[in-house]
Order: sequence, then C-alpha cells, then structure tokens
Amino acid sequence: MPSTPHISRRDLLRAAALVPAAGALAACAAPASQPAASSSAAPAATSAANPFGVGDKPLEVWIFDGGFGHQYATDIHQPLFKSKYPNVEIKHNVTKEITKILQPRFAGGNPPEVIDNAGADMMDFGALAQDGQLQDLSPLLEAPSWDDPNVKVRDTIDPSVIEIGTYDGKFSVLGYVNYIHGIWYSQKVFTDNGWEVPKTWDEFLALCETIKKSGKMAPFTYAGKHPQYAYEPLLTMAAKIAGHDVLVNIDNLEDGAWKVDAMKTAAEAMAEVGAKYLMQGTAGLDHVQTQTAQNKYQVAMLPCGSWLENEQKSTTPDDFAYAMFPIPDITGSDAMPYGTLHTAPGENFMVSARSAHPQAGMEYLRAMLSKKAAGDFSELVTTLTVVKGASEGREISPGVNSVTQAVAAAGTNTVYYRVFAWYGQLNDECKAATGELMTGGLTPDAYLERMQKKADEIKNDSSIKKFTR
Amino acid sequence: MTFNRYRRGLFITSFLAAPVILYLVYVISPNIQAFYIAMTDWRGVSATPAFIGLDNFERLLGDNVFWKAVGHNAALLVLLPVITIIIALFFAFLLNVGGQQGVSGIRGSTFYRVVFFFPQVLAVTIVAVLFQQVFRPDASGMLNGPLMALGLDPIGFLSDSSFAFWSVLGVLVWQAVGFYVVLFSAGLASIPKEMFEAAQIDGAGRISMFFRVTLPLLWDTVQVAWVYLGILAMDVFAIVWVMTVQQGGPDWSTTVMAAEIYRNAFGYFRFGYASALGVVMFLFTVGFAILSLRLSRRERIEY
Repeated sequence: MPSTPHISRRDLLRAAALVPAAGALAACAAPASQPAASSSAAPAATSAANPFGVGDKPLEVWIFDGGFGHQYATDIHQPLFKSKYPNVEIKHNVTKEITKILQPRFAGGNPPEVIDNAGADMMDFGALAQDGQLQDLSPLLEAPSWDDPNVKVRDTIDPSVIEIGTYDGKFSVLGYVNYIHGIWYSQKVFTDNGWEVPKTWDEFLALCETIKKSGKMAPFTYAGKHPQYAYEPLLTMAAKIAGHDVLVNIDNLEDGAWKVDAMKTAAEAMAEVGAKYLMQGTAGLDHVQTQTAQNKYQVAMLPCGSWLENEQKSTTPDDFAYAMFPIPDITGSDAMPYGTLHTAPGENFMVSARSAHPQAGMEYLRAMLSKKAAGDFSELVTTLTVVKGASEGREISPGVNSVTQAVAAAGTNTVYYRVFAWYGQLNDECKAATGELMTGGLTPDAYLERMQKKADEIKNDSSIKKFTR
Repeated sequence: MTFNRYRRGLFITSFLAAPVILYLVYVISPNIQAFYIAMTDWRGVSATPAFIGLDNFERLLGDNVFWKAVGHNAALLVLLPVITIIIALFFAFLLNVGGQQGVSGIRGSTFYRVVFFFPQVLAVTIVAVLFQQVFRPDASGMLNGPLMALGLDPIGFLSDSSFAFWSVLGVLVWQAVGFYVVLFSAGLASIPKEMFEAAQIDGAGRISMFFRVTLPLLWDTVQVAWVYLGILAMDVFAIVWVMTVQQGGPDWSTTVMAAEIYRNAFGYFRFGYASALGVVMFLFTVGFAILSLRLSRRERIEY
C-alpha cells in the first residue's frame, strides 16, 4: 500500500510563503487576445430630428452614485430621451465603483453606451483615449440643439467644456456640471461679526488674524486628508498672478513650469496660511469633517468647489447662507483682474466607441444638454450645469446665487488646469507634496523642486501618453 | 494486483482532477500570465497590448515611490515579527506558567486569553476603520482626547509623516498578537509540566525559567511564528489602503509594495507596469521564504 506522502513543517511553510505572492499576481489576468470587432451595425437613417441615426437597439446607461445620486437620470434625462425614442429600451445602472465594474467590459470588447465616469474609482480617460475607446463627440457639437433646430449644441454650452473634453484633437468627454472653485464662508457668520470679504491678500491675512484673535472660531481649514483641496487655490493663485499661461505650461509639462516666480509666491502664501491660520487638526481631517466643522461654526473659511452646498445640505443650519469669494488680489500687479475664477466642467459623461449603439449614446447626451433637462437637474441637485442660461428664472439657493454672480463677474477671466486628469502620478505626488507644504514638512522651494522633478520624470517616461493644450 | 493498483490510481486521479484543473486555470495560469503582462505596455482597456521587453523593469528601478514602499516592507519584515513575538511570548508565558506556582497562569488568565484573541476575530477593514477613529487628530480621538484634556497638543498619528508609519506598525502588532498568544500557549501546553517543576525545585525564578526553559523548548513554534509574520509583513495591504490618508500617505510615508501595485494597476491603469512590480514582489517573497527557511534550520530538542 502506498504510504501517504509526508508533509513536513518545512514544506508547509514553503507553500504558505508562496501563496500570498501568487495571490498578488493572480489579481491581473491577460486581456482577451482579440478585440470584439466594432459592432456598430448599419445605423438607422439620420434626419434633422434624429441627427445620429438612433436605431431600435437598447441603450445601456451607467450612472456614478455620488453626491448627485442618480435620480436625475431616471426622473429627468431618461424620460426626456424616452419621449422621443419609445422603442429604445434604456438599461439604467448605478454604481459607486465605475472601474471595478466597467473596466472588464472594456477589456472584453463589450462596453456600455453611456457612462458617467466620475468619483474616486473612475476610469482613466487618458488610458481610454489611448486605446480608442472614446466615441468622437464632434458630431454632437455640430448637431442641432434639442430645443432649437437653428442653434447648434456647440453654441448652447460653456466653451471650456469643449476644450477640456478634447482628447487627441477629438471632443470626446462631456463635463455636465460646471464646478466653480473659490473660498466658501457663511454669510450669517460674516454679517454677525462684521467681517468683510477680502479683496486683497493682505486683507485676507488681516481677516484671518481678526478671526483668530476673536477666539470664536478658527480662520481657515481645508480637507487635510485630501490635499487637492489645497493645491487648487495655490494653482489658481499662480494663474491670477502671472496669467493663464502658468497653468498651460504646467499642463504641457514645459521645462521649469513649476518653478516660475508666480508659483513660488503662491506656494509661500499657502504655506503661510498653513503655518498660522489652520484649524487645529486640519491635516488629519477629511472633507466631510472639515465642512461639518464649518457648519458648526468652528471654522470660518475653506476652499472648495460649487458642489459644497449640495454635499452639506443635511448638516447646514437653515440660516447658514453659503457664499463664496474668488482668490483675492495677491501682488497689486496681478496679470488677471479681481474675480478671476477657476471653473472646471465635471461629472464627465462619455460614450463608448465600441459599444453596440453609440448613436443612442450621443442622442442621450443631446437630450441632457436641453434647457429643460439641465434646468431640472440644477434645481434637483442645486448645482449649475454647463448649459448656458439653463437655470434662469428658477428658484436658486444662496450658494448657487453667489456662484452665479461670481461667474457673471468673472466673464472671460476663467482659468483651469488639466495636468492632474492627464497624469494620475503627478496628481498623487502633488497631493503628497502639498500636504507636506501645508503642514510645514516642505519649504516652498523644496515643494516646487519636487513637483518639477516629478513632472520631468513623467515627461521623460515614454510609456506615458502625453497630452497638450 | 497490478490491475488493482491501476484502478486505485484512476480513482484517486478522478478525485484530484477537478481541484487540480481549477488550480491550474485560476491560480497557476494567471501567475504565468503576469510574467508576460509585465513585459507589455497594457493599460487595462486595450485588447492588444504591445510587447516592450524589460522596459517596465528598467523603469521601476528609478521609481522612488516603489522603493520607498520596499523600504517600508523591509522595516515591517524586521519590526513586526520581533515586536509581535516578544509581546506574544510575554503574554503566553504569563497566561500559562507565570503564576505563583510556576506551572499555572496568573490570576484571571482564562479571561485574558479570550480578550487577547478579540482583535483576530475582527475583519481587517473593520480594524482599519476603527483605528481611524482611535487616531483622530481632534478631541474625539481615543488617543488625542486624553492628550488634549491634559493640555497637550494633539498628535497627528496618521497625518504627520513622521508618525504615520509607527501607527500602522502599532495596528498590525495589535491585531497579530492575539493569534500568537494562542499559538505559543498551545506550544507551552505541549511542554511536559515536569520540566517547569524541576526548574522550580532547582530554584529558577520567572525570568531564568523563561529564558532557560520556556524559550528553548518553544523555539520551533517561534520559528513558525517568524515565517508567518514575515509573510504578513510582505503583503500588508488592507490596513494601509483603508486606514492611512491618501492610501499610503501622508507623503508616501506608509505605502507598501502591494499598495503600489494596486495604485499603478487600478489608479493609473498601468497594468503592465503593475505586473512588473508584482513580479518583483514575488521575487522578494520567494527570496524571503528561502532565506528564512535556511536560517531557521536548527537542531530540535528532543524530550
């Protein structure tokens, strides 16, 4: 009779040692060797009413379930689409984890038509563009708008959407929500204490000093766990000091782009705020904790985007009255005037080029860009969209009011950057370094040195696809 | 006879076939594929990645963040086993032979035994979320609350880059100790009571009993613990990913190899590069396993 093989302790350990390594590797599996050939069958005939030739095939929609929820899709956008195409079955899906669920669909050559690619777990647009997964949305821009056949879609939306949504010269990502960045405060607190919105950086520092001395609350905070909330005002400030080119050069990974004087002035200004005026414990708190502290009147100001009011609606006192002010004048001879804003289209929608029915996907986006859809959306989630004038004549909250005024005052003086959306590594390095800058772990010089080094590293890495604007 | 043997072989094979095939398809083949993916520029969404040879490995040599992660794994590899084993041995000794008579545990040892095991029962993610609260930088933090009540400044356990790594190490030790107390208790139980009684009659105190009797007789178990803890240190991931700020921060001060693999794959969509990191981690782990098995070879004490 054959004896059972004896497993020694040593063998067991050896096996046990290998298991976790195997596990780490097993996480990756090679892609299907052949792409599923493009499935766009002969499209239906196009017409003025049906500019892309939507057929009868189903339309699969994936919505990121974040701050805006997904009610806007099922209650506003989809009924509108359905009213025109009753035969197209809409498959509505919701997830908080876009990548985990949809990345395998792309690798398998069977992606859904419309994706709201947002949230912490969003797919990398650079990678999608590199692999030709993004449907060219240029026809959407040239198509007649949903409301008025004589006006093109292009003319109904904020032009920055087109610039920012362009990958490889093709407009392929539609930012639906217009995020406006600024410093947020409570009008009630400012009125009660007689504090004035600062117009210059000196006034801002003086205000911080006043608030600190008053002992009522801390002057300033930001989401310390997520330092992108601190690098946003820093970069906007640099653009205000020396012009939009500062950000364009950073985006284009130009040599020395991070080490210009304006960046140094901005980094020094933010480091000073970090050293003197932050709420205690800021570095260890996240956006919810700091924003809630503001709602509890523990801190006066924080930098954030225009999603703030909606995000905080459950904890905001009724008479809080959110408002925002733009980055104050820094040097007295800033290249851009007071009121310059960082605006960034967000909540990015895309249509998959290799999906079964991209025509319906584009038509769905066209419906979303109608005045009715956009206005209803703004009302439901108290946030501006990129559709011009969509919220005119509607009931608006104090925060949206304030943002609307700021946008009107800024006019064409708006800035934005794209470098962090293009290069995830640079984003993570900038978060890490900005956190250190704000807590005093890095001097402004060392900070810029480090960012420049990372930017150069990315520039010289042939495996990373480069973008320019 | 031969026929019987053949039939028995067939019988065994038929039972083994299913698990072996599953193992080949779902464990071995992805492993081998990872070596191939590591030599491509695959970004996760393309169906036709290009072969780029050893470029990814060349690139990772200059990847500061990854080498920082390797450094943290190396530090954990030394510190985690040492600290955990020392604490666990101490507790196990007290629980089993540390009492007045020398052959029983201290008072209430059965109660402590259960308490020490609690952390092991909790899921890693729960532990991570729990400790986020314990380490909170304001007055509602379990550690900073008392500090601030004493009028001291709060410590950024997770937000200060010079503290964060030690906080992670502390949590790992906290979670691991319970299991090794039980492991060492089992080891102690298999040592004949007469050994301790004899030592006691010879006049050994608690300390010399520990170093002269308990530790040598427990050496085998300590070796096992060492290798297990080494493995734990090599592929620590969930605690870092869930608990620390910016998943391995602040400023990369807590990141580990597994976190960098995950970040490159699912954050930057560089699946080829991430696989290359995975291959390197695999080599480190195998290296560690071989090394520890060589070094721990030692004569057994027969009794």
